[in-house]
Amino acid sequence: MSKRIYITGIGIISSIGNNVPEVFTSLKASRSGIGEITLLNTLHKGSLPIAEVKLSNAGLLDLAGHRGSDQFTRTTLLGMIAAKEALKSAGIEDVNAYRTGFLSATTVGGMDRTEVFYKDFLENPESGRLKDVVNHDCGESTEHIASELGIRLLVSTISTACSSSANTMMFGADLIRSGKVDRMICGGTDSVTMFTLNGFNTLMILDKRGCHPFDEHRAGLTLGEGAAYVVLESEDVVKSEGKQPFAELSGYGNANDAYHQTASSPEGKGAFMAMSKALKMSNLNSSSIDYINVHGTGTENNDLSEGIALERIFDPVPLFSSTKSYTGHTLGAAGAVEAVISVLSIQHGIIFPNLLWSTPMKELKIKPVTEVLTGQDIRHVLSNSFGFGGNNSSLIISKPV
Amino acid sequence: MTAFINGIGLISPQLTTDPAVFLPEIVEYTADYLQAINPNYKDYINPIAARRMSRLIKMGITSAKIALSDAGCQMPDAIITGTGLGSVEDTEKILSGMNEGEQLMNPTPFIQSTYNTISSQIAITLNCHNYNSTYVHRAFSFESALQDAMLQIEEGMADNALVGGIDEMTDNHLQITRKAGHWKMNPVNNLTLLSSGTQGALAGEGAAYYLLGNQRSQSTYCTLSDVKTIYHPKDTEELETSILSFLSFNGLTIDQLDAVIMGYNGDILFDTVYNELGSGIFMQTQKLWYKHLCGEYYTSTGFALWLAANILKHQLIPAAIKVNNLPSDRLQHILVYNQYRNVNHSLLLLNR
Repeated sequence: MSKRIYITGIGIISSIGNNVPEVFTSLKASRSGIGEITLLNTLHKGSLPIAEVKLSNAGLLDLAGHRGSDQFTRTTLLGMIAAKEALKSAGIEDVNAYRTGFLSATTVGGMDRTEVFYKDFLENPESGRLKDVVNHDCGESTEHIASELGIRLLVSTISTACSSSANTMMFGADLIRSGKVDRMICGGTDSVTMFTLNGFNTLMILDKRGCHPFDEHRAGLTLGEGAAYVVLESEDVVKSEGKQPFAELSGYGNANDAYHQTASSPEGKGAFMAMSKALKMSNLNSSSIDYINVHGTGTENNDLSEGIALERIFDPVPLFSSTKSYTGHTLGAAGAVEAVISVLSIQHGIIFPNLLWSTPMKELKIKPVTEVLTGQDIRHVLSNSFGFGGNNSSLIISKPV
Repeated sequence: MTAFINGIGLISPQLTTDPAVFLPEIVEYTADYLQAINPNYKDYINPIAARRMSRLIKMGITSAKIALSDAGCQMPDAIITGTGLGSVEDTEKILSGMNEGEQLMNPTPFIQSTYNTISSQIAITLNCHNYNSTYVHRAFSFESALQDAMLQIEEGMADNALVGGIDEMTDNHLQITRKAGHWKMNPVNNLTLLSSGTQGALAGEGAAYYLLGNQRSQSTYCTLSDVKTIYHPKDTEELETSILSFLSFNGLTIDQLDAVIMGYNGDILFDTVYNELGSGIFMQTQKLWYKHLCGEYYTSTGFALWLAANILKHQLIPAAIKVNNLPSDRLQHILVYNQYRNVNHSLLLLNR
């Protein structure tokens, strides 16, 4: 397990920007993407906030270079835009110059189209555009994006709820390390849908004021949409190409909370195990972590359980923040969105704050970073992604040595 | 890359839940799709917990438990599931609920509709905190899960892994995808599927879990040597080249194969791929098929792997799965080749 895995490219689209420079600008300006629902035709418009990408599907088609096409779901378009940016930022012109695979994550795939079809279908089983329903499954967006990138060698999709895209990076890195591939494009994409909005609403974990992660008065998460991908390359490729990597993926851990389908255990067992495994793999002491991009959804349960796990592992707990206060919770894309933000922190020596925070949680001693901190020497970032079903994953992203 | 298959649990439209017997009889159907035969779930799942579970989750937990008990394993080092569609039943409940009114919805279907619910529910049932993941890529779902499991074992991160492929069919989903041309328009007899001469496959469903390990044990069926996915090959020639290089990478030539299990599904549009290979590189090979027994679904190779493992263990090829009939004495190497709509092609190689 000695070979290093480098991050040599990043791409992102989210409610705070359509590409890496735009996202970086919003992060520095403490500008959140959370606002009123504009795209979904829902009863919750005006009462539940959301973090939408501020473009219609037509706008996304333009950005993806497919103006006028009718064959892509919103999830696919978001993914296509971010994946292409990642490849470009890695300076890759011929994607198949090395053995390259593509792993994407999503939690609802083409649901944005399926829910439209289903409405028609329920009213009249003979109606509904069939084209929309065959896009329901999760693999569809992955295949469109892979084809757009020209990748055929290894193509697959992971769905482990909110930790999905962190797991694509873990499997991708394992594949590179085993020598089966030389590089992987890993990440995830999810658009907001009526399905997820109403689903989370039935659980009563959507904060009507927008999410307030790690705040005593937090009342739930805010859904977001977006996509993000990283290019992972082997040490050999980086050396032979003389590349200057953005960061190193130096460790990761996956553990299951095995407690409840939607609630985290009170002591944060799965979170504790995922972080401990990641630290062990990277051969780092907990004191080496300079910043933690926490999962921090803003639900009562997650933040308490994650906070307890942090206090158990770290003494003192390093600087931390939940950037979901900017992007909302982008579900299947969240792990990759936050990995890209972690890379930006390392590259620019900036810690981006936990917005909308005012009161410390009474059960915890810790409180998040609430203002932009510049001039930081950030060598190691821990990024947490914890999902429903107790699927917990932690990544350690380090400054390249 | 090699892992031992040390335990199997399979719920399917055939009589497959008892690991001690191998296809005692073939269940014949004339149906719109082949439904899995439900075991008595109460024997495997606490009835209080089972009450809220949808059928797919019960199938998953039960087949996982059968595989673990077959292997004599209490706690796997990893739980990895492949599912093309996850819980279709729960997804449909949410979509219908939403149509009836956004304020009146019940949370349970949403909780169960997330694709990782099966792996998670198995983890909760076993109180297993180890590596846990779910692959959801069409007819690569089970193959990716196997690849991850084998990597976990090969790289020393796990001594064993519980890995499964699971999908269900519902009446609504059948109706919709039938309109899209995926299935036969009328009920068909499963045993005569291959000679249907019409478009569309016969749909099916099933749940198959395997305990893969790095050690041979008393319960070992065979070894799983390699798994490969081939996405969108340009033509049959490229496909043949991929298959031959896969075999040669594993030190085999085509004439060393004792059988190839192919994914014929009775759809004349797509069975042509198998026919071309059958009269091409597999001309001299014993050809077998399996989808008349379990139907077509994204993770049907979970059934094919069970068939291959049992053929190697029992040294017996059931007559009902033979496409041609060649004499065979020792059965050593079996290849499973499947393709879904000529996009997702996959290979599994098993050795005695």
